[in-house]
Amino acid sequence: MCSLCGILGCDDHWTSAVERPGVYTRNTDRQSRRADAARRIRAANRVLGYRRLSLAEWQGTSYVVSSPTGASTMFEALSHLWPEAEALAPRGFDPLDEDLIDWMAQR
Amino acid sequence: MTPVVLLTGFLGSGKTTLLQRLLTDPGMARAAVLINEYGEVGLDHHLLDRIDDNVVLLKSGCICCTVRGEVADALLNLQSLRAKGEIDFDRVVIETTGLADPYPVLQTLTAHPVLRSHFRGGGVLTTVDAVNAGAQLNHRAEAVRQIAAADRIVLTKTDLAEEAVVTALRTKLNRVNPAARVVRSDAEVGEILGGLDDAGADPGLTVEVPGEDRSGQAHDHRNDHDDDHGGHDHDHVHHHHHHHHDDSLGVVTFSLTVDQPVDWTDFGIWLTLLLHRYGDRIFRVKGILSIAGEDRPVAIHGVQHLVHAPVHMTHWPEGPRVSRLVFILEGLDPARIRRSFNAFMRLDVADVAA
Repeated sequence: MCSLCGILGCDDHWTSAVERPGVYTRNTDRQSRRADAARRIRAANRVLGYRRLSLAEWQGTSYVVSSPTGASTMFEALSHLWPEAEALAPRGFDPLDEDLIDWMAQR
Repeated sequence: MTPVVLLTGFLGSGKTTLLQRLLTDPGMARAAVLINEYGEVGLDHHLLDRIDDNVVLLKSGCICCTVRGEVADALLNLQSLRAKGEIDFDRVVIETTGLADPYPVLQTLTAHPVLRSHFRGGGVLTTVDAVNAGAQLNHRAEAVRQIAAADRIVLTKTDLAEEAVVTALRTKLNRVNPAARVVRSDAEVGEILGGLDDAGADPGLTVEVPGEDRSGQAHDHRNDHDDDHGGHDHDHVHHHHHHHHDDSLGVVTFSLTVDQPVDWTDFGIWLTLLLHRYGDRIFRVKGILSIAGEDRPVAIHGVQHLVHAPVHMTHWPEGPRVSRLVFILEGLDPARIRRSFNAFMRLDVADVAA
């Protein structure tokens, strides 16, 4: 269940859509779902490192994003990643900010 | 999955008149219609002569603030009546209020845990009043959003406007939304609705890229779909060799092409972050991607903060197999978006064109 909106089964983000006819997804079996989740966490951490945050999976059901000072927040759907990350790093992540672009280009 | 067609358009742009006409068509005989009762006088209700069991009034005025509740409840009600065998329908038409931004309704269809397994977006039809739209486009953000979200634009009141005004308006509409086909409201119903269902799946990439001599192919591609479009279209393909920037609108259309296959995970992170941050200024993003490790292309289609489920296409359209993304946005620098894309996607070169 989504802790923000109280809706059941809402981790159906477009990047990891539920497998159905015509829809592109890598969610075909448990193994590929796991592999895809691991890739997504790595890719997110590449960005989150800019504000020294890190994302990890928690017990296979949730995500936890943490700051270097030990603050952390847990959420259940990747669609909440950026709002949750901004709660820990108020300056946030602006994909059009030149400094962040440089940071990403070096990694 | 029942398609839901969204009928939108500015106040007084002729939505109800068009709806009335569409409903006389035999192809619409099994459509369920949801109309919005705006204010105390259910004017739309009284103008519509087809109020039957399949019509549920959306009661509380402005659709934008109540969308999750009202539209979701109305659709759930239809679904429950259908499940009980009391009614049957093969599509739903929702007429929004003139001030509504279509995005929340699309969002409701995608996000609602029950609705999303019974209904799918069947395209956005936007009415544009040929007499007044020029001024509305300059002053009303809702009007621009409705046009940018459209899969098809229906020009109304063309009999009251001078031909030169209509032509100028068409040029303007193309700048705001080059992916939508423009038809006149007096066209055959089949022409107005034809292919609308597939609009989400068709990347509709009509924006050509300078430095690549592919205008002939783009031409053919459009002509396949848009035979009715006439000479106008021919102009429009060529226009897209240029950077589109209409100062009076502040709306920019540009396309980004990438030769190398795209990493799906990095792309997901990038687009999600971009739309999280700038979704209110990105009216539309549409594109076709060559994904690393996939033979077939994936079509991407987003409206503001919302991205539809990516479509795995059955084959590549004619032409080079490169990824292309078309953005319709306001107040953002295309060159900056390109640099951001390159950096996030670990690429050295991506061409940006408009």
